[in-house]
Amino acid sequence: MIVWSCIVLGCIGGVLSAAIIVCRRFLADYGLCAIDVNSGGRTLDVAGGQTLLEALRSAEVFLPSGCGSRASCGLCKVRLTDGGGAVLATERPLLTQGDIRGGIRLACQVRIRGPIAIELPPDLLAVRLYRARLESAGMLTHDTRRLTFALDEPLEFHPGQYVQASIPTPDGPVFRAYSISGSSADKKRIELIVRLVAGGAGSTYLHRLAVGGQMDFAGPYGQFRLSDDPESELICVAGGCGLAPVKCIVEHLLSARPQARCRLFVGAKDSRDVMLMGFFGGLAGRHPDFSYVYSLSNPRAGPADWAGRTGMIHHAVAHELAPGGGRQAFICGPEPMIAAVTRVLIEKGLSRADIYADRFEAARTWTPAG
Amino acid sequence: MTESGFTEAAAIILAAIFTGNILLHYFLGMCSFLACSREISTAAGLGLAVTFVTVATAPINWLIYNCLLAPFNLTHLWLLAFITVIAGFVQVLEMVVERVSPTLYSALGIFLPLITVNCAILGASLFAIIRGYNVWQCLLYSLGAGLGWMLAIVLMAGLRRRMQYADMPAAFAGVASAMVIAAIMALAFMGLGGVIEMKLALSK
Repeated sequence: MIVWSCIVLGCIGGVLSAAIIVCRRFLADYGLCAIDVNSGGRTLDVAGGQTLLEALRSAEVFLPSGCGSRASCGLCKVRLTDGGGAVLATERPLLTQGDIRGGIRLACQVRIRGPIAIELPPDLLAVRLYRARLESAGMLTHDTRRLTFALDEPLEFHPGQYVQASIPTPDGPVFRAYSISGSSADKKRIELIVRLVAGGAGSTYLHRLAVGGQMDFAGPYGQFRLSDDPESELICVAGGCGLAPVKCIVEHLLSARPQARCRLFVGAKDSRDVMLMGFFGGLAGRHPDFSYVYSLSNPRAGPADWAGRTGMIHHAVAHELAPGGGRQAFICGPEPMIAAVTRVLIEKGLSRADIYADRFEAARTWTPAG
Repeated sequence: MTESGFTEAAAIILAAIFTGNILLHYFLGMCSFLACSREISTAAGLGLAVTFVTVATAPINWLIYNCLLAPFNLTHLWLLAFITVIAGFVQVLEMVVERVSPTLYSALGIFLPLITVNCAILGASLFAIIRGYNVWQCLLYSLGAGLGWMLAIVLMAGLRRRMQYADMPAAFAGVASAMVIAAIMALAFMGLGGVIEMKLALSK
């Protein structure tokens, strides 16, 4: 009885496996396909049947991607000028009508079945993979870790840019975006500030990584550029872990132009989440035109040892900032905070073009604003 | 086909769509029903994919049961065998559709991996055996079951779309109201039960 059961089930499984193998061999084999980048600028020959994102990665072109090809982050948007088939239902929620008309697709959903032509910004073609070793690490708050990595080769980046960490998982590597928080003077070292997100693949891995551990990064990504005008004042507003790129920007600005005018606003939930206050205190001592404000949105959730400002961070900006234009602003934090702060800054006389926002969410929904 | 044969075929299909709706009467395939019923186009695409796979796998499973499992007295293996067949078939189908028709693939393809473990598909294969249908009746029943599932999810998507504009207590919005709507739809579908029984009685 048992023998017959095994034989019959084995036969069914065998027939199905054979059918799948035959289909894989003859139906799912698309041969080599050519990807034309920037109308003849570069031609990549990749194996067909894989997604555009995987194919580009195999050809060492690293598009940003934060969700592990689940079509939920929208970071891997790319313009297709030829080929690629119809827009899939999985892409539609992340594409606007204008995107669809302009040929924008999600690279993680487009499957390569023939020749295809794409357009990539030159910045992205400069992105490459770096091998790094964790040099030192320490906790900044109860759930936030600062990690310093030594890179194998120097990485040229602008303050405010981010890298994608390749996180090994049982299903292959997934990429997670982290802003560079260290000074841009030292090209062979990058510093990240990572908050532990419950169940997050990237933050859990980075929090457990021991000193000396190896890690791969692709980068740099992000379009923020500091204004060259020495008279221009910089306003930085950070919520929670959004302080990471802001730290890099402020540090860079003050070392390049010690007399630069800069205001920093930092929002945190309660006193346990306050980080880098001593660091900014030191900067303010050396640079008279730099000042900072910390504000706690929910001080009663933590220990009652906070004597500073309380309330949502956009209220602090509205209260402290004098009206006037000609200033540049960098906001980094969760979406509702960015919306509220942007409103306040426009009321204060800043133009929308001078406000750069960087949405800083848990990995699955992370998207850079442009 | 004789007149009684035609009536019987119509009764099997109509009963599978309306009175014995696999979703609203047997509560099979609930997870994708609740998760994918926000947009009518998505619901229709998923419904079409489920119908397609149900119609294709139920006769295969019927043949496996009656030509392989029953003669060797191995009917206790039916669950294992059916699940294997459905999962393997969906894999093959996905590759064939992707190669043969990119248009069909863009409409159905993304749903195929989702429905590998849809219990409505397994349910249709099992019910066809339990009810002692022959292979043609099994084919008709699986078509009715698939169409019934599609009808239910498309109706649900339409209703949920209207519910978006309804002024509803926050705790009741989303899945809670969807469950109540599903229950009312099930009651409405059961109300059609008498019609089919009457038709069968008249034909005899």
